[in-house]
Amino acid sequence: MHPAPSIILFTTLSGLGFGLLAFLGLGMPGSTGWVAFAFFAIAYALAGGGLVASTFHLGHPERALKAFTQWRSSWLSREAWTSTATLTVMGLYAIGRVFFDADWQVLGWLGAALAVVTVACTAMIYASLRAVPRWYNWLTPVHFLTLSAAGGALLAGQVTIATPLLALAAAVQMAIWMHGDGALARSGTTLASATGLQGGTVRAFEPPHTGTNYLLREMVHVVGRKHATRLRAIALILGYGLPILLLLLPFNHWLGLLAVLTHVLGILASRWLFFAQAEHVVGLYYGKR
Amino acid sequence: MTTLPQSTDRKLGLVIDLDTCVGCHACVISCKGWNTENYGAPLSDTDAYGANPSGTFLNRVHSYEVQPPEGTAQLVHFPKSCLHCENAPCVTVCPTGASYKRVEDGIVLVNESDCIGCGLCAWACPYGARELDAVEQVMKKCTLCVDRIYNENLPEEDREPACVRTCPAGARHFGDLGDPESDVSQLVAARGGVDLMAEQGTQPVNKYLPPRPRDRLDDVDVLAPYLEPVTTGPQGFLGWLDRALDALPGGKE
Repeated sequence: MHPAPSIILFTTLSGLGFGLLAFLGLGMPGSTGWVAFAFFAIAYALAGGGLVASTFHLGHPERALKAFTQWRSSWLSREAWTSTATLTVMGLYAIGRVFFDADWQVLGWLGAALAVVTVACTAMIYASLRAVPRWYNWLTPVHFLTLSAAGGALLAGQVTIATPLLALAAAVQMAIWMHGDGALARSGTTLASATGLQGGTVRAFEPPHTGTNYLLREMVHVVGRKHATRLRAIALILGYGLPILLLLLPFNHWLGLLAVLTHVLGILASRWLFFAQAEHVVGLYYGKR
Repeated sequence: MTTLPQSTDRKLGLVIDLDTCVGCHACVISCKGWNTENYGAPLSDTDAYGANPSGTFLNRVHSYEVQPPEGTAQLVHFPKSCLHCENAPCVTVCPTGASYKRVEDGIVLVNESDCIGCGLCAWACPYGARELDAVEQVMKKCTLCVDRIYNENLPEEDREPACVRTCPAGARHFGDLGDPESDVSQLVAARGGVDLMAEQGTQPVNKYLPPRPRDRLDDVDVLAPYLEPVTTGPQGFLGWLDRALDALPGGKE
């Protein structure tokens, strides 16, 4: 799949933002006043900013409101609902925390639950696509959820929780890579099944056109996989290893900030691979994967 | 609504005969022509006369080579367009309701005025049947020429998809695949028509008729044994050259 920078940035940042919102809703940290304002501002910039950015890659952003109509069948529509619900509920909760020094707990818990559901909906958009065998797996939502939890705990400054959550997210990350590498082969979809041709080895002889097309640009992206192994190492070290190491050192706000920054960089590399390494079965028709 | 209908009254679709398709691409051109001049947003071309031409097509013809374990390879031309699946994954992912499958005839369509151009339906389709138009920024797909097949302003013989109407080899057939008595259903039964990517669970309506085995050319002539070549190796100067070159280091395998 084509690793569009806008989608990589949006899914990474909004995942972090909703993770942070979940921890804030649970009262971790339970700060009030200006400190709470700073936490909520960061969470809204990440979660809300990501959502707004995601409308820019639409062909017709002026019709974006129509995306709320098909929640019965579409995970994308469900994500639209849960994300706006989370931002609304958590906005009310934030008013209590920032201006009234009050902890309206029920709102906080509801907002936290909605944040978790939002991340799950985002992940299900990918996990429900059978045409992309690497994503069509229950590990995809687990990966998104553990990542959001770890990143959220890190941003919320919950050092004792963040360390094991980062380790867990790293384990899921490695599992999804290892499992994903054989996903296309295990799916049973081959050029032979795609064309129904039997009685010999099928080879793509001639493409339907001399130039490129939308399908190849959008779904058959081979260039991005060139440095896959190195990018995996970078993602593991920056996204999980270094943050854990920095958290194990005696706590210091600058080290915490550094941990957040390396985590974000590592996750951007991981998210690039999430798209660039995902093979869409349509590539088989073109003799590519 | 983007939930799929439980069942459709008819299952209109295409049957494509890979045995007779000659790979002329006439169906590609007639499809582009009809669907650019008629219903919906036109199918754009970008940089059509430049160095990097690209365009939106609802039907494309691939060519594949099938190499059997023994004997010569066979070339198969393979037209591919929307298969109007019964369990269409492109429809259920649509967040706006722009994509839908019609209850009356099973045709999968896009309401372009509702399409936000998110591209998710194109991701969901395993066949690459949907393309986002680069100029109009809405999703385009085969409509089974819904503006031809019911069009009473056209002469009756033209009330079939443009690709079927134009095919000079008779390799494309249109009809109701939900009716076991229809011509297309009979053809599929007689020729062992197959589903593409059956393992993807899409239950495509369109069927493909596999190429029939080629005639065998050995044992055609009872005199063949008498026509075997008399000499087995080169004679005279060429024979000497052949032997001399073989004698050089690295000459003979």
